[in-house]
Formats: sequence, structure tokens, C-alpha cells
Amino acid sequence: MGETKTRKWDKERINEFLLNYALYIILGIMIIVVICINPKFLSVSNFIKILTQASTRGILALGVAGMIVLAGTDLSAGRILGCCAAVSASLVQSVTYASRMYPGITEDLPLILPLLASITIGVIFCMINGFGVAKLKLHAFIVSLGTQLIAFGCTCIYIDSQEGGAQAISSFNEKFINFVNGSFPIGNFKLPYLICYFAIAAVVVWIIWNKTTLGKNMFAIGGNMEAAAVSGVNISRSIMGVYLVAGVLYGIAAFLEAGRIQSVNTGTGLNYDLDAISGCVIGGVSFAGGVGTIPGVIIGVIILQVINYSLNFLGVNPYLQYIIKGLIIILAVSIDVRKYIAKK
Amino acid sequence: MGTEYVLEMEGIEKKFPGVKALDGAQLMLRKGTVHSLMGENGAGKSTLMKCLFGIYQEDAGSIKIEGTEIRFDNPKQALDHGVAMVHQELNQVLRRSVMENIWLGRFPKKMGFIDHEKMYEDTLEVFKDLNIEVDPKMLIGKLSVSQRQMVEIAKAVSYNAKILVLDEPTSSLTKQEVEHLFGIINRLRQRGVGMIYISHKMEEILQISDDVTVMRDGKWIATKQAKDLTTDEIIKLMVGRSLTNRFPPKTNEIGDVLLEVKGLTGKYMPTCMDVSFNLHKGEILGIAGLVGSKRTELLETLFGTAHKEKGEVILHGKPIKNRNAKEAIKNGFALLTEERRATGIIPLQSIIFNSVLANLSAYKKRGFLSDKKMEEDTTWVIDSMKVKTPSSKTHIKSLSGGNQQKVIIGRWLLTSPEVLLLDEPTRGIDVGAKYEIYQLIIDLANKGKGIVMVSSEMPELIGICDRILVMSNGKVAGILDMKKDYAGNAQEEIMRLAAKYI
Repeated sequence: MGETKTRKWDKERINEFLLNYALYIILGIMIIVVICINPKFLSVSNFIKILTQASTRGILALGVAGMIVLAGTDLSAGRILGCCAAVSASLVQSVTYASRMYPGITEDLPLILPLLASITIGVIFCMINGFGVAKLKLHAFIVSLGTQLIAFGCTCIYIDSQEGGAQAISSFNEKFINFVNGSFPIGNFKLPYLICYFAIAAVVVWIIWNKTTLGKNMFAIGGNMEAAAVSGVNISRSIMGVYLVAGVLYGIAAFLEAGRIQSVNTGTGLNYDLDAISGCVIGGVSFAGGVGTIPGVIIGVIILQVINYSLNFLGVNPYLQYIIKGLIIILAVSIDVRKYIAKK
Repeated sequence: MGTEYVLEMEGIEKKFPGVKALDGAQLMLRKGTVHSLMGENGAGKSTLMKCLFGIYQEDAGSIKIEGTEIRFDNPKQALDHGVAMVHQELNQVLRRSVMENIWLGRFPKKMGFIDHEKMYEDTLEVFKDLNIEVDPKMLIGKLSVSQRQMVEIAKAVSYNAKILVLDEPTSSLTKQEVEHLFGIINRLRQRGVGMIYISHKMEEILQISDDVTVMRDGKWIATKQAKDLTTDEIIKLMVGRSLTNRFPPKTNEIGDVLLEVKGLTGKYMPTCMDVSFNLHKGEILGIAGLVGSKRTELLETLFGTAHKEKGEVILHGKPIKNRNAKEAIKNGFALLTEERRATGIIPLQSIIFNSVLANLSAYKKRGFLSDKKMEEDTTWVIDSMKVKTPSSKTHIKSLSGGNQQKVIIGRWLLTSPEVLLLDEPTRGIDVGAKYEIYQLIIDLANKGKGIVMVSSEMPELIGICDRILVMSNGKVAGILDMKKDYAGNAQEEIMRLAAKYI
């Protein structure tokens, strides 16, 4: 009896371990598979590249994750990012570039101005979403579906308002390019600033989630809104707070993304929201609400980027890439939700 | 014991669509006393408390705290004014820790950040004061229901409230835990806290309370001192008529064995274990037990919506499997679920939709559903169940609870079941409608159906069942034959059995 009990316990433990670390195991297996196919993949520069590419989307995903924890979602993140990126880009164009958007700017603006402009726009759009969810009691899916169109319209009008008509906003000043794409030399490799910005954002959001009332309220509202209400949590104010944080993150992500891709057009940001949502759900943020961790989101975003990068690296047919990516998302999430399925 | 009122509620009225939940309700709570609020399910006790706590806004009436008129828009204001409440439903965020649940809405802070250390210390202190042994860092979802209930009580106490509402705090506590709770209540009474205590357990009420207010159908009936009351008097006040008239006459006749269940055990613990019983044609078998005694799980395992580990189910002498609901329905089973709102009705759909849902394949005509046939069957449901509704196209949501329940019973009857599994069929239904549901159940038994009925209301089980199976902690503690003369002590016998394996 005792013996069988221990054995069963061990089996359960192994299962539990596998489930709890499923994401990391998946990530590990993916990397090993790629290395087996092409050993050249194993280089520091490849991993740095993956992290750099993941960083702006990662910051965006940190904002979207809060909404998913609230049992909502955000379809507008990508288009909001596009709008913010267009505005920041127009304010950092090089003053020597003849067809710049604002010929009146003859000296480089301090970078804080375009950053603040970007954050302000991000916050305004997120507040619309937040108001819809918290006060008008709309589902986040619906309200962000609307906001997404509004943001896209604004971006198009803004880009179209250039004297030369609708052309991509590009040719940025040195200071901006360096701020975004520069790196710290450490020994014989370079640590890109972008990765640092992502790390800082992750730490700050981690603190908000785990060490502030706003974060705790967010989990309580997503997990059991009734319980939060009878405990005296101000539901709508907390929801608005979460959206505010998201707005700031979108603004920052947009500012950095403009610098990373170095040219902003009306298509910038398209489908970034879906990538962010995929990253979150791969990372174990439950669509049912109330569950999610920052390390999970980060791993989720990185897994997604590893898929993108390694499939390209291996030279897989781009159409096939979509199929593989889709399968991996479904597989990863279906393994992750095993943890929470109540068996009866 | 003080004489000044800490809380005065007078002439409270509250209407919900289709039902007047409160109609002149009244409650006067003295400082440093325990005031029991009694009434049948649906009498409006919880609604009255929700008005006090700001979850509902009363339509009329006045609420005074320490002489000052107040009106709370939300629970936060109530908490700020010293009103705390232990809710009947455990409102907890299951995936968060015990201490986070306790301090939710008022986390201790240090320089703007949450002070986890203080939160931990404070939780330990409250637990120590109340003699509760639970790790504050545990996920609350991992605790047992009774531990969760103690945590909920600790949370309410930690507000240092002037007025504390306990809405059925003992529903899932063992006898020792109830004694423990009473110790806490006595200590709070000495500190001058006014407590409103809602429970169905007569003995508890008479043991712990100073005053008793009885409500019926949303109305205030009487307020008396507990020492002047007896159980019988309370029941008489609550029911408003003698107990015999609460149930229709039992006319059903018991036939041959219909269903045999042998050693039924669910797969994922905790669930029912080794349950065996027989069910005859035309028999109403009650299932009693405390909250958490796995009565619902037993029905779900029988019906195939929960996995079976082992055991035999034999219908008409033939073993059957019931691996899922579809198979169970085909085998002539029907399950009326416990949470009517959550798993019974489709609120924003018509009565037609809700009636035919379990029987759709019967309406197929050349691959499409026939509106005419569905309409006919719905008319049958409305007529034979006596559903009060303006039309068959009305959204089921706008019917009263009793009428919704009749539609759901009708839904299952359309599948022509032989075995009806009813899980709390009269929960949240007002007294008049309950009688109709009882009549319906007896009529079904008269037609030779076998009925298994889970209920938490003992008088109801004693009133209409032929036998009562008592579950305790997942196991069968005993089966009582109501034909034998239990002369009033059936209730005690059930309680004794219900605690057998705890």
C-alpha cells in the first residue's frame, strides 16, 4: 500500500513538474531542434538578435497582458502603436531631410518630447478602451475592435497630411537612431539598448503587478469580480488604471519601434496586437482572467520570436512558416491550460 | 447587553423583475447582541442584507446606523462605515493567496507599494486571535470549503466592524468548527459588535442569539427575544401555516426496481465513493448531506458529466455505462442541475429554445428543425407545467425563478426520461411555487418515473421523499425509510448520519 502510494505520488509529481515548466521545456526543445538541423544557430549574436526583435513587441505584450488578466483583450494595440509611432517619427526626422513633415523644426527636439507625445496618444486611446470597458460595460473585444479602426484612421490622416502626400515617415536624426539602436559594448559583444529597455519595462510592470494595489486589484477583478466588489475594490477605477499603464507601455513601444524599423507608414503595427496576444497566451496568461505572470509573458514573447527567427534562419518556405507557427501556438497553449482544467 | 440600536432598518422594499423580494422588511439590531434573521429560502433575508451592504439599492425604506440615516451605493462605503459581511456564497479569488483575499480592497502599504510582510503578520495575528490554523500564503483555492469559510469569517472580523453580518456562516462547518465560531461570536459580542446571524439551523439560533426576527415572503413577521422562543414557534412564524400544508399529499405508489447502483466511485477525488442504492419505479429517493458531501458529484457521475472510476449502474436489469450526457439521455436519464442560472437556463433565449434544447433530434424534418413541432411541445410544457408567461417567445430570463425551473423540468420531460436526477430543484424559488414543484415531482412519480432528488432543505426531503439516502464526505452514511415512523426525529437522524464520516 505504502509503496504504491509513493510511486503514484511520484508520477503525479512528474506530471505536475512537466506541466508547470511546460513552456520552458517547449522553448528548450525548439532551440535544440533548430540547433540539430543547423548547428550554426548556436551563437550569441543570434540570441541577441532574437531578444532585440522581441523587445518592442514584448513591451506591447506587457500592456496587453494586463487586459487579458482582467478577462478582456485588446485588438487595438497594433494600430495604436502605429499611430503613436507615426507621431514620434514625425518629430524625430532629421532637420537636414528636405521633405520632413515639419519643416518648421530646424533643430533636433529633445527626445523626451516625441516620447511624451507618443505616450500621450497611447494613453488617450487606451482610456477610450478603458472607459468602454469600465463605464459603458462593453466587452474589451468590442470596444478595442472599434478603437482599432479609429486609430488606423487617425494614422492614415496624419501620414497623408504631409506636404508630399502619403509617404512613409523616415530619415530620423542621429540622436534618435542611436538612442534606440545603440548598444553597450561588453567585452567582445554588444548589448543592445533595446533589450535593456525591455528589461526595465518588465521589471517596472512586474512591480506594478505584484507590489501595488492596482496590480492586486487587477488579479482580483479578473479572477472574481464579485469578490473584488464586495471587498470594497473600486472596480472601474482599477480597470482604468490597468488601461492607463497599457497606454504608457504602448507609447514607449511605439517610440522604440519607430526607431527600430526606421520608417513608419500606415501599415506599421498591423497584427502586432495578435502577436502580443499570442505571446501572452503562450506565456500562460489565461483568457478566463485572473491568471498570468510577467516571466510567463516574457517567455511567451520570446518563444514566438524564436519561432519566427529560426524558421527564417532555416530558410523554411514562408507560407509553411505560418502553418508551423499556428500549430505551435495551439500546442503550447493546450499544454499550458492542462494546469487549470478542473477534472471531474 | 445594550439597549441602544446600532442599526435600524424600516419599511425596506425591493423589487426584481417578476418578484417583490422585500415588502416592508424591518430589522432593529442592538449594540453588542446577536440578532438572528430567519425565514425560509426566498424569504428575503439575503436580499435585505445586500441592501444594507450596498450591493442592492432599496426602492423604499430607511436604514439608520447609530441613529444616522445612510444609504450605501457600494460595498466599499458600507465597509468604511463599519459594516462587514460574511457572504453566503464564498466570494473569493481562488487563484490568489489567503492573505491577499483577506486584505483585498485595503492592502497595507509602505511608500506606495504593498507591504507583504505586514500583510502576512497582520493575517497571522487575526488568525491567532481567532484560533485559525491556515497558512496565509496558501492559494485559497487549495483550502477545504470549511477552511475557506473560516478565512471569510476572519476577513470580516478583521474590518473591526460595528455591525457584522453572518449569512449562513456554518453551512459547511463541522460541529467543532461551529463551537469555535460561537467562541469568536461571543468574544465579538463582549466587544460591543452588533451581529446579524442568518442560519437555518434552529438549535444554533436558539443557542447563540439574543433576538430573533422572522421574515416571510419579503415581509417582516415578528421580532422576539430568543429566550422566549422555541423551535416550533419559529417554524410556525416562518411558514405561516402548519408544516403539514407545505407539501402536497403523497399519492405515488412504489413499483419494481428500476435502477441499481453498485459501488459507484468517481474518478477525480474528492468525489463520491462506493455509493450503492436501488431506485424503484414511482419512488422519490431523497439525498441529504452537508455542503461538500458530494451529492452533486454523485448525480454528475451517474449522468456521465463527471468521470466514473468504478461501479455498476444497472437499469431494468441491464448494465449501462452513461459515459457522457448524450448516452445518459439516450438511456432515459435526465439531470436538473443545481445552479439554474449557471447551468440550466439560456437566459436571453425564448421559452421555446429553452424547452426543446435537450431533445432537438426529435424535431428534425428532412435535416432541418421543424418550428411547428417545437412550438407544439413548448405549448405542452407551458400547459402541463403551468408556466406563467405572456408567450412562448418570451425570454426565459424575465420569468420568476419558479417558472424558469418549471420550464427546465419540462425540457427534461420532453426527452421522456425514466430516471430524473434533480439537484436542489426548489432552490431560490418562493414558497408558493415550491408547492407546485413538489406536486409536479409527485405527479411524475405517479407516472412510474424514478426520481432522485438532492436537497439541502431537510423538511422538503422529509415531506416528499419515500426514502432518504444520507451522504457524508462522499460516502453513503445510511438510507432512511420514511415509511417507518420517525415521528419528528428524522431530521436529527439525518444530521447524525451526515456527520458520520467527517
